[in-house]
Amino acid sequence: MTAMIDIRHAQKTFTMHLQGGIELPVVSGVTFQVEPGECVVLSGPSGAGKSSILKMIFGNYRCDGGRIGIRHQGTLVDLASAEPRQILSVRRATIGYVSQFLRAVPRVATLDVVAEPLIANGMARPQAQERAGQLLRRLNIPERLWPLPPSTFSGGEQQRVNIARGFISDLPILLLDEPTASLDAANRAVVVELIEQKKRADVAMVAIVHDDEIRHLIADRIVDVTSFALAA
Amino acid sequence: MADSNTAMQDYDRPLLMAGGLGKTYGRLNACQDVSFSLYPGEVLAIVGESGSGKSTLLQLLSAQLAPSSGKVSYRMRDGVMRDLAALGEAERRFLFRTDWGYVHQDPVLGLRMAVSAGANVGERLMAVGWNHYGHIRDTATSWLERVEIDIGRIDDAPRTYSGGMRQRLQIARNLVTEPRLVFMDEPTGGLDVSVQARLLDLMRNLVSELGLAAIVVTHDLAVARLLSHRVMVMKGGRVIETGLTDQVLDDPREPYTQLLVSSILPA
Amino acid sequence: MNAPVYNFAYLDEQTKRMIRRAILKAIAIPGYQVPFASREMPMPYGWGTGGVQVTAAILGPSDVLKVIDQGSDDTTNAISIRKFFARTAGVATTTATADATVIQTRHRIPEAPLHGGQVLVYQVPIPEPLRFLEPRETETRRMHALAEYGLMHVKLYEDIARFGHIATSYAYPVKVNARYVMDPSPTPKFDNPKMDNCPALQLFGAGREKRIYAIPPYTSVVSLDFEDHPFTRYRFDAPCALCGADDSYLDEIVTDDQGSRMFVCSDTDYCENRQAQGHRGSESAAPHKERSHG
Repeated sequence: MTAMIDIRHAQKTFTMHLQGGIELPVVSGVTFQVEPGECVVLSGPSGAGKSSILKMIFGNYRCDGGRIGIRHQGTLVDLASAEPRQILSVRRATIGYVSQFLRAVPRVATLDVVAEPLIANGMARPQAQERAGQLLRRLNIPERLWPLPPSTFSGGEQQRVNIARGFISDLPILLLDEPTASLDAANRAVVVELIEQKKRADVAMVAIVHDDEIRHLIADRIVDVTSFALAA
Repeated sequence: MADSNTAMQDYDRPLLMAGGLGKTYGRLNACQDVSFSLYPGEVLAIVGESGSGKSTLLQLLSAQLAPSSGKVSYRMRDGVMRDLAALGEAERRFLFRTDWGYVHQDPVLGLRMAVSAGANVGERLMAVGWNHYGHIRDTATSWLERVEIDIGRIDDAPRTYSGGMRQRLQIARNLVTEPRLVFMDEPTGGLDVSVQARLLDLMRNLVSELGLAAIVVTHDLAVARLLSHRVMVMKGGRVIETGLTDQVLDDPREPYTQLLVSSILPA
Repeated sequence: MNAPVYNFAYLDEQTKRMIRRAILKAIAIPGYQVPFASREMPMPYGWGTGGVQVTAAILGPSDVLKVIDQGSDDTTNAISIRKFFARTAGVATTTATADATVIQTRHRIPEAPLHGGQVLVYQVPIPEPLRFLEPRETETRRMHALAEYGLMHVKLYEDIARFGHIATSYAYPVKVNARYVMDPSPTPKFDNPKMDNCPALQLFGAGREKRIYAIPPYTSVVSLDFEDHPFTRYRFDAPCALCGADDSYLDEIVTDDQGSRMFVCSDTDYCENRQAQGHRGSESAAPHKERSHG
């Protein structure tokens, strides 16, 4: 088995204690694999649980059943049952996550926000900053903004900073949550190009994309989430 | 610096272990049955409201309070795991001023207010036998720079400092001996929001640069999110939920945790 | 003996025994502050009640007592204490350092080298050297017990940071027998080297604070310092104006209302001895001549 991601019968239910303990089933029986160099796009209407699945793969949402197998440094780790330490290690070395919104760290310069994942993995700061600069330039973030913290930027700029931060490291798995949502055509094209590059580098990707055009450009395979959805 | 092989091995062995830890005051259970392991470089946040037992737990973990049940073990620099209750007072105090740091909510408790900032930072060095004024001063200077205090203020006493500067000075004073574990009790409590942000950012960087392990008590979930890898939620003296910080905060399971998370004012 | 209403040397025998026990313990643990049940003495605190009790406890009928205050035998305080023991113990008194068996002192160590068999009794106002940095007595005692003396260097650090050198010039902290850090009482640091490896027994009494400590004969006493700011003994610019000595501790004497002053030995006995031996300083021929020293 060569799959980077191997999900079997994964299940997620929210229990809303503040609303009298009602149970909100989100997904169940989630089963699919992602091979290296492959981009799988999750499809389905809003509320079908696409984001929840992505968050389960990242270990951000806990799994109530099933297995989320991740190939991590040559071994298979089941994130559904992994220790917090293991999940952290998987995030450091294996899985990257590009969310819609930048969880901005106050006061840190944009260049450093982008370079941080490389530095955290041991790259020297100047080298990491240089790569960060290349990526920011590609995403059309003007150089005069680099020393400023991104929290003051517009939504689109923040998203591009976030994309740069997500794409900069050489992790074998990338999770993309609407990476092109509020970008203009030029920048959308850059993101598509970045995804193509990652594919050539054998990165396994799972993406949520609402834009049909982009979806067709990047998807190697489409997994319909509706069949996993339990709601209604 | 030891060779990297032993460092790698140490990384996979717990630095501190708590087992069945409890403290009772008469019939009051201030804290009961707490067990966990903390690994090198790991930041654990203990969250909960006032009276949940989190401060008692911090005191138990840092050997300032004797537990009524259970024990705390710590891996000393020689690699040996020791029961904190079995340490002699001299050993415990030595640990406290070398391998541990303790950042108080109120910097007045953690600093010598009438002594210059340089001496506040240098004290722990002098306590472990540094006997060269120039070296002590150079080290203090570089630490003040690291915590973003104008080195022109090195000879001023912290009572002339602002709240945020005092807290940063307290951090420098604790980190100068390169401890492996730092306890923090509401480190951003009582500071302005803008000052808090700066302090959090600074702590976050220092913790990751130095590979520090830390146990942070806070009632502020934003602090927990920004600083910690893992979080323990306490209520009524018990740990009711524990896990990866973003897991617990984004996907809380227990009713109380859901209440805590939903009580955050939107930014 | 002309004071029959008092016991020998004023204190009752039980009290003297209690103090002697404290002294013995202090000698056994050099530099350690031994608590004792300090008594009310017929003088106010701050006038040497601790030193007087130690002297009273060790004095025997054959002892010869010398009392100095800031090096001088003839100040009020020195005279009162000398008279006190002359009347209550009937012991012989002297001003000659070499002749005395017991020397009670406030703020000085005599210039003439002490010899074996002599006892130097210091009056101590504040025995705890860590007090000004750590006000909690429970904490300072623990610090002594565990030999945690980093704080003492904090004080010296502060001096250098503020003045560029260690400006502490009296009550300069010392480490006794490589173990306890001790306050040498407010003697000038000029006198610190005299405490090291001294043939005489040195006893310290703090009456208000109820502590006794000691340096046994031939014990190492090291002044604290930094490698790059070593302990230095104060050097005076000029010799004594009366006896010409250039190796003694000098007092500044203001000689008129115009601010004229001269510097003379603080140890009066030492100065007089030198003058008797024919040594002369710049002022000795005409001591009343007005002259200013820039």
